[in-house]
Amino acid sequence: MSSSIESLVNKEYAYGFVTDVESDTIPRGLTEETIRLISAKKNEPEWLLDWRLKAYRRWLTMTEPHWPNVTYAPIDYQAQTYYSAPRSVKPLQSLDEVDPELLKTYAKLGISLTEQKRLTGVAVDAIFDSVSVGTTMKTELAAVGVVFCSFGEAVHSHPELIKKYLGSVVPYSDNFFAALNSAVFSDGSFVYIPKGVKCPLELSTYFRINAADTGQFERTLIVADEGASVSYLEGCTAPKRATNQLHAAVVEIIALDDASVKYSTVQNWYAGDKDGVGGIYNFVTKRGKAQTNAKISWTQVETGSAITWKYPSVILQGDNSVGEFYSVAVVNNRQQADTGTKMIHIGRNTRSTIISKGISAGQGQNSYRGQVKVLPKAEGARNYTQCDSMLIGNACGAHTFPYIEVANNTATLEHEASTSKIGEDQIFYCKSRGLNAEHAISLIVAGFCKEVFKELPMEFALEAQQLLGISLEGSVG
Amino acid sequence: MLKISDLHANASGKEILKGISLTVNAGEVHAIMGPNGSGKSTLAQVIAGHPGYEVTGGTIEYDGKDLLDMEAEERAQAGVFLAFQYPVEIPGVTNAYFLRAAFNELRKARGEEEVDPMEFLDIMEEKLKLVEMDATMMQRSVNAGFSGGEKKRNEILQMAVLAPKLAVLDETDSGLDIDALRIVAGGVNALKRPDNATIVVTHYQRLLDYIVPDSVHVLAGGRIIKSGGKELALELEAKGYDWLLEPAGV
Repeated sequence: MSSSIESLVNKEYAYGFVTDVESDTIPRGLTEETIRLISAKKNEPEWLLDWRLKAYRRWLTMTEPHWPNVTYAPIDYQAQTYYSAPRSVKPLQSLDEVDPELLKTYAKLGISLTEQKRLTGVAVDAIFDSVSVGTTMKTELAAVGVVFCSFGEAVHSHPELIKKYLGSVVPYSDNFFAALNSAVFSDGSFVYIPKGVKCPLELSTYFRINAADTGQFERTLIVADEGASVSYLEGCTAPKRATNQLHAAVVEIIALDDASVKYSTVQNWYAGDKDGVGGIYNFVTKRGKAQTNAKISWTQVETGSAITWKYPSVILQGDNSVGEFYSVAVVNNRQQADTGTKMIHIGRNTRSTIISKGISAGQGQNSYRGQVKVLPKAEGARNYTQCDSMLIGNACGAHTFPYIEVANNTATLEHEASTSKIGEDQIFYCKSRGLNAEHAISLIVAGFCKEVFKELPMEFALEAQQLLGISLEGSVG
Repeated sequence: MLKISDLHANASGKEILKGISLTVNAGEVHAIMGPNGSGKSTLAQVIAGHPGYEVTGGTIEYDGKDLLDMEAEERAQAGVFLAFQYPVEIPGVTNAYFLRAAFNELRKARGEEEVDPMEFLDIMEEKLKLVEMDATMMQRSVNAGFSGGEKKRNEILQMAVLAPKLAVLDETDSGLDIDALRIVAGGVNALKRPDNATIVVTHYQRLLDYIVPDSVHVLAGGRIIKSGGKELALELEAKGYDWLLEPAGV
């Protein structure tokens, strides 16, 4: 590709700052003692500690998966820190008690936790390193019976729900990183929408990694009871550091009969520098189970992280249940992403839609990996998969690994795939109309991602579009 | 307005333009004709600033500025417009959004306020009539799935909205049926003003039945081998190019 496309410059990662707070950090390393310590710090009941320990023992027998199309130096799990919390975080009576340094941090990230400046219509749970620093709009939500709080809090306030649903979609034995998470998870968000309630606010969790060499292992559990519906969004950032940091999260969604859950992610973890030094290893297990007539929809915009390994999936358990996956994954410089979804059709007339848009720039490597599985009883199951890759420059790669297993011959599956390249011609066309190269690229990329962006809640669609522009700056090469 | 002097340009190391000189004044329409592969489209692209061509010699002065020193977008902002022979598709970006973005870039460059989507809608309404295009076209992705005629009309629509000082139409007539040709030419004529100029690059004379040129130039082998008035186009129509090529050593 010629020099006009080559001339854009890298923009600095805007969220790479470090907050200076005193932290309560446990020693590096992982043993049963570490897990007991985390559990004790969170004042957890015995049953939860037992569950963690079972997960840990299982994890010891497992090996790190190396089938994804990514390469990285071996991770020393004993060199990680598994728990770090700002010292000031104690059970808070109100958000006014949150450490001003933390409030400032979130303000810098564009998230206001204080009364006046909140996004209207959005409730936020802010997770800083290993703990939740506060949840907004709690009273408004409580009025309709919606529970939205940190996972740690829910263990105490709603133990029966946690006991019933924790690990019910992603068991601790599911995979290496899920087992690790189950052993050491420190916080996360919990959502419960009661029967028939349409959650009146967008729920949002904002994850921030601050401490050095500390992994973030959060766990999110969303339960939508019969006929309930909710839209949930998570955002993520981390400081710039020269070492890699581990983020191994688990998200479980339970959509009971006639319920609907929409889960959107804007992932902007630090991606490492242009030579691939530093950045977050984002190894995440996300899965939902949809009962009769229920719907689970995943939308993700993945622009950050050095390595992404993530397959938000839906088990279409009940008849007529619906699963959706809309994804934009961007890799630039030395980033690697292996991401996609699994749609497991179990019930009759289950339907799934997969729209995946991969954008590769710099020397980035982007893989779509998706599985559509139709089980014998899934009469009339339907899947539509569309998988588009866009290449910017000549040094990047796009790969597609679709897996299809069908055990019922009434199923209908469609798969469309395309690979395109942002051409000199498209950019010249825009330039000849007065748009500069950066504007041209953001326009072309936004057009490419349109089908996914329109699935995002309005406020975030704009943010995602801008984020994409920033991630790709300097890419056109 | 435009003064091209001894322009030489290469594509992939091969010399395509071998010393072109051409002067275009405000209010004039110039036609560039010539056989296939003569360098007509290259000239159009070089004026617009396509990065695929390397200018190896000569100058282009536009409005007192060194055009070759300007990026393609700066040329557009200064009033240069190229109607593409093969308009490019941009999937997912609506025609309305694209054209407003371009319109606002040009306004910004002139130090004017940007217009919002509602104001722009009003501006569009009138321009759409000019090229007999339906408003629904504005909601379709730029050129994606457009027929050949729709693409060309869309180029003229863009020209109408962006109101260039110097418009270069590169084979705008190719692939058009007679009705589309009439609409496109009608659009071009309606946009003619004493303070702007048009260069029409074409292979056939028929477009010049509708857009009447002040001067006609024959480009062959990378050089202008003959210039004349509008009657030269008719002569070419009758006699072809061969009678000119041999004496010129092409």
